[in-house]
Amino acid sequence: MNEPAQRIEVASDQDVVRVRQLVRTLAVAVKLSLVDQTKLVTAASELARNTLVYGGGGWVEVAQTDNGRRKGIRIVFSDQGPGIADLDLAFTDGYTSGGGLGLGLSGARRLVDEFDIVTAAGEGTTITVTKWCR
Amino acid sequence: MERVPILKIGAILLVSIQIDMEDQVALQLQEDLADRIVATGCHGVIIDISALDIVDSFVGRTLATIAGISKVLDADTVVVGMRPAVAITLVELGLSLPGIRTALNVELGMDLLARERFQDEDEDEDGPDNAETPVVPAP
Amino acid sequence: MALSADEAARFAVVLEDHQEALVTVWTERVASTLRGRLSQAELQRQNTELRRGFQQALAGAAQDLSGESAAELRAQLSELSSTRARQGFSATETAVSIFAFKEAVLATLDAQDSTNASTLRDYVALSALVDEAALFTFDSYVRVREELIADQTEQLLELSTPVVKLWEGVVAVPLVGTLDSARAQVVMERLLQTLVDTSSPYAIIDITGVPAVDTQVAQHILKTVVAARLMGADCIISGIRPQIAQTIVALGIEFGDIATKATLADALRYVLAQTSKKGR
Repeated sequence: MNEPAQRIEVASDQDVVRVRQLVRTLAVAVKLSLVDQTKLVTAASELARNTLVYGGGGWVEVAQTDNGRRKGIRIVFSDQGPGIADLDLAFTDGYTSGGGLGLGLSGARRLVDEFDIVTAAGEGTTITVTKWCR
Repeated sequence: MERVPILKIGAILLVSIQIDMEDQVALQLQEDLADRIVATGCHGVIIDISALDIVDSFVGRTLATIAGISKVLDADTVVVGMRPAVAITLVELGLSLPGIRTALNVELGMDLLARERFQDEDEDEDGPDNAETPVVPAP
Repeated sequence: MALSADEAARFAVVLEDHQEALVTVWTERVASTLRGRLSQAELQRQNTELRRGFQQALAGAAQDLSGESAAELRAQLSELSSTRARQGFSATETAVSIFAFKEAVLATLDAQDSTNASTLRDYVALSALVDEAALFTFDSYVRVREELIADQTEQLLELSTPVVKLWEGVVAVPLVGTLDSARAQVVMERLLQTLVDTSSPYAIIDITGVPAVDTQVAQHILKTVVAARLMGADCIISGIRPQIAQTIVALGIEFGDIATKATLADALRYVLAQTSKKGR
């Protein structure tokens, strides 16, 4: 019953903008509240930029999802970059390895309902986030 | 690449961001604005973000950098028109935009700049650079 | 014990041949359980339709309720539960209306006067289908009630969070009652939107009517204040009662440089003093 996922290859700045626009369109389609739309698009923007900057590019897949009771949006961010060796450190507010504000990972996690990360040094990173309608 | 236009209104530079900015566009704006402040000698910058439906950490950082650069060039920056949903998201994200002044809309932003300038000049009364054009405070 | 295709077909015939007697008995039984809260005519109409649903399902050789030919029946059952739920009948009353169908069928079989072992087997098999149908109404009933409750909660939220304009450039939210996470979020969004709509640079959050402040509530208020600041507005918190002040300190919640005033009047005076200081 889930809609097919839409995939965007992330290789440049413009692709990050395209990810934001796609997420926004789907978030509106499942009727997320305005604040939840904003939170989800912001999280997607942070994570897609991570994919580009730290992962050296990759892809993002956005899909509608349904757990029987509620609808939602699920987004997968995947790259084949260097991966994250120390997850605890990466989730610390203010920690950054790339000259940012260090809010990307931990901040994005606070903006979504479900956050799942699979990574290891040298094996790339795949992050899956979900936001449910209230 | 698109560019964000910078308008000069009296002694103020007005930047109204109407597009979903790529990171490069944001960096370009940062450069353009620094150039314009020096070229025009303006002491106030208003950045209107009422059309932005999100502000992520990159845009947040760009705004903070712009405010910092402007300060060094003796101009005050006010960010105006942030949407409620954006503000709520920024709080959750943990981004507090330190060092950035904000106002609800362009008009209140202009009031704020005028007040700042007025106070600065009060303090600078006997200062050396009193020859600059005075900004008329709001009535 | 599921219905075999044979049994289903036999019952389809019974339901067709004895439809009037069946609906009459059924309606009587249901009417007695509902004690006159629905008119006989209304029940008669509902049961006539439901009988047709059962008959169609059986004629289509439905072995249980999930089959293709039972689709119509399922739709009728959902509709029935949803109406009953909204009319205030209990879940049991709704399900019993369906169980009564068994009695009606039994009465019809009795009247046929050809009761034997195979009729009994048939009846038990049909009984399973009816049980399933009754449980289905139960599920639908619960779902409809949950929706009703959710709707009402939302309406309550709408009602309980007024944002009022107090002065030129000053809005106030008088908070009354317990603040949970959902309500705090509504208040926050409404307040911030009002600031934009009225271009008011000041907001007063009055918590005189809030019985208790825990860490979560305090967090919500603090987040609202920070969000308002990001937008360029100042929040003042008023009406902090002595016990609440004690809790706030005991919980170690930092209100930082947020202005707090004892009463709404003090808060308004403070705001007006602020604005006149700024020369406007």
